[in-house]
Amino acid sequence: MTEPDFQLSRNAFGKLIFIGPDGCPHEGVVPVRAFPIAAPDQGIAIIDPQGYELAWIDSLDDLSDELRTLIQSELSSRDFMPEIKRIIGVSSFATPCNWQVETDRGLTTFILKGEENIRRLAPPSLLITESHGIHFLIRDRFGLDHHSRKILDRFL
Amino acid sequence: MQSTSLSSSDLPPSWVDQVKSQLTDGEEVLSWLETDLDARLHFSSGLVIITDRRLLSKPSIDASWQDWSYRQGLILTRRDHAGIGSLELSDANSLLARWRYTLINDISASRLIERFMYQLGYQLTGELPPLSNQVLCPKCHSVIDSPLPPGQEECSLCNREINTPPSTWTLFRLWRFARPYRWRLLGGFLLTLGSTAATLVPPYMTMPLMDNVLIPYQNGKPIDNDLVTFYLSGLFGAAILAWALGWARTYVLALVSERIGADLRTATYEHLLKLSQEYFGGKRTGDLMARIGSETDRINIFISLHLLDFATDMLMIIMTAAILVSINPWLALVTLLPLPIIAWLIHVVRDRLRTGFEKVDRIWAEVTNVLADTIPGMRVVKAFAQEKREASRFRATNQHNLEVNDRVNRIWSLFTPTVTLLTEIGLLVVWIFGIWQVSEDAISVGVLTAFLAYISRFYLRLDSMSRIVSFTQKAAAGTKRIFEILDQTSSVPEPANPVHLPTVTGRIELRGVGFRYGTRSVTRGISVTIEPGEMVGLVGHSGSGKSTLVNLICRFYDVTEGAILIDGVDIRSLPVAEYRKHVGLVLQEPFLFFGTIAENIAYGKPDATRGEIVAAARAAHAHEFILRLPHGYDSLAGERGQSLSGGERQRISIARALLIDPRILILDEATSSVDTTTEKEIQKALDNLVRGRTTIAIAHRLSTLRDANRLIVLDRGSIVEVGNHDELMAQAGHYFNLYQAQARNVDTEDDLHRQDITLKMAEGRI
Repeated sequence: MTEPDFQLSRNAFGKLIFIGPDGCPHEGVVPVRAFPIAAPDQGIAIIDPQGYELAWIDSLDDLSDELRTLIQSELSSRDFMPEIKRIIGVSSFATPCNWQVETDRGLTTFILKGEENIRRLAPPSLLITESHGIHFLIRDRFGLDHHSRKILDRFL
Repeated sequence: MQSTSLSSSDLPPSWVDQVKSQLTDGEEVLSWLETDLDARLHFSSGLVIITDRRLLSKPSIDASWQDWSYRQGLILTRRDHAGIGSLELSDANSLLARWRYTLINDISASRLIERFMYQLGYQLTGELPPLSNQVLCPKCHSVIDSPLPPGQEECSLCNREINTPPSTWTLFRLWRFARPYRWRLLGGFLLTLGSTAATLVPPYMTMPLMDNVLIPYQNGKPIDNDLVTFYLSGLFGAAILAWALGWARTYVLALVSERIGADLRTATYEHLLKLSQEYFGGKRTGDLMARIGSETDRINIFISLHLLDFATDMLMIIMTAAILVSINPWLALVTLLPLPIIAWLIHVVRDRLRTGFEKVDRIWAEVTNVLADTIPGMRVVKAFAQEKREASRFRATNQHNLEVNDRVNRIWSLFTPTVTLLTEIGLLVVWIFGIWQVSEDAISVGVLTAFLAYISRFYLRLDSMSRIVSFTQKAAAGTKRIFEILDQTSSVPEPANPVHLPTVTGRIELRGVGFRYGTRSVTRGISVTIEPGEMVGLVGHSGSGKSTLVNLICRFYDVTEGAILIDGVDIRSLPVAEYRKHVGLVLQEPFLFFGTIAENIAYGKPDATRGEIVAAARAAHAHEFILRLPHGYDSLAGERGQSLSGGERQRISIARALLIDPRILILDEATSSVDTTTEKEIQKALDNLVRGRTTIAIAHRLSTLRDANRLIVLDRGSIVEVGNHDELMAQAGHYFNLYQAQARNVDTEDDLHRQDITLKMAEGRI
């Protein structure tokens, strides 16, 4: 475990403050995952509000517990990729159609604009992009229940 | 501006009661936002309300109500990232509350903030600050930047949210294309009726032949030659009639279906051309080509062959059934017994086959896509020696194609033999019942023969009818995919009540323009006015939003916020094609269509005279090199103008823009892909083009923008500096950095590298 050459803290406005090796503070920095799907815990960049990279973290495991918790809490409040656990129903098998799904973040509905918005990731994962650009992840499409699989199959 | 107060009935119905219980006497709800995420980003419905006294909120279903009264220093802001917006309330010292929502609610959020800040100002100063001359959309109450044209009742924002799925009865939608041919279709149908009836005569004839000729002969009577001649000529006549009618109906219906197919193809392509750039950005060429080409063909064959066969079969079955019943109802009943079983079987398999065939179509489009992706990029494939990988990618897709087809064929292969088996069993039943009836003397041998002749045809038809299932499903799947294109409404809609601008001075005004691509907001709050005849340069790093801005001005996309006005009229209220006539575009990679050079120059004005074409080419400094070509202006410019150099192609595209004589000219990196000598030639051509027109130029090489009246420096989607070269250099800001970096590193086109230098310089100064 190597100690990073920067400090990170949160201020009263809920913003992250970054102090780099030059001692100059940056307010409102954000951690960004470089591979949010392929490797969510590796390759995290700290980006300033103008979009410049301030620091690079190879792996979250390299960090101290305190720093890791801080970054993880910020990431979890920003990264929004609900994982579909069950497909309750679709309004039609022709697109665009409304999907009613159960995710790890509760029940919701979304509009699927076209079949091309279902992207095949490394099997067996799928990524569904709804009409407003929110991504829904299906981690293992063969692990879904029979009803969900049957619905999904119509779109693949 | 009216003070729009919402009655509580405007609130979402599920909230009305709860909100009422929270409000004090006379408290007025001004605006609200229904949030759909809680603090842990779980889906949960919450509400934020602005009243004339305070901000009231219930963050999630099981949380309790909170409120904040208006006081000095309160501020409400919103941010968005990766599809979620957050609304934050803070004072001078700390963050007070944060709500989160998916971007579906973004419009309400911006309205809420505006309302809050407005009300806060009123509470603190006691006077109502005038709201800027903003207008509210009558439907969604969001702020729009220019009044809606008369007759239009909703703004582009509420327009966009409509998203109804098309019905699944897609095949019937083909009627729209069949309608013009309905009389010919009716004629075809009558011919079908006649020819089917004619084919049913011969089996009927076997009955008297058997009973009146053959059986009496076996019982010792001589053959009646006249009777035989009569029956046989009847058979022959029926055959000839069936042949003639069959020929006529096939011809008529094939003719009609070919026309329906052609109409369908043209309509789809025409519709495709009307769709916005946004649509093409999200689609792959191979897929679209497959849809227009092979899908329409499949529908066409379905109508001309399979549907026709199906209609004939149906008629045949109905007529046969009628004849059988008229001869002997009991035997008819036994004969028709397997029919419901087969019908049920068809029904069961139908669903499975349809999904199967949809899959086959999709995977086929995938195969085409791989080809369409790779073939244009062949140089890259070869340069990186990735032929093997591309081959294996194609093989993998093909393998997938095989798997899907195998699965469909597994069901399909079982289906046909089963129908045949049922047919044989049906025949067996008729034999058993028939022999028993003959032995009982209930029917004659002739009747049994006629029945057997009929039902062997009958079941044969049923067998071929079962095939229609797959063809119908294939055609339905094809139709669905075609209508998917036809149902797409352009995201750059034609105005309901278009305003016509016969002449344009070229004054462009951008009011708070913002554009969002998916969840990524590309440009924000851009306001600038470009005067007629002015030349403006857009400067900034790659990804700073220059091209997006140009695309918005050309109306390849529509703005998500704000408005673009030309001569004071919102471009969304002008007919798209009419507006684009006023805009000339010269791109970095000029696209030449297959055709002669003259045709390419006259692309925007096909009726241009030869004189005009030559004049435009002269002004674009293209005339001389065109004359050097073997066939002059009649030389062919290949698929991408391969035979011409980059500079030559660029000058042809400049001539193209000159010929339509637009008031507004857009140069998108027009000189970036050529060397400096060629650039000078192109620059000369451009000088002719720019003269007297409102020009917006994007250029990487800042030196080419020296002549611009003003430079607009963009950074991450916002304007950071405006001014001419000298002013901006004096400011020593963004432009200065860009210019310095370029002066130091003249030929470095590598943007990342340049950004790096700029960053270091910026840090060095601190």
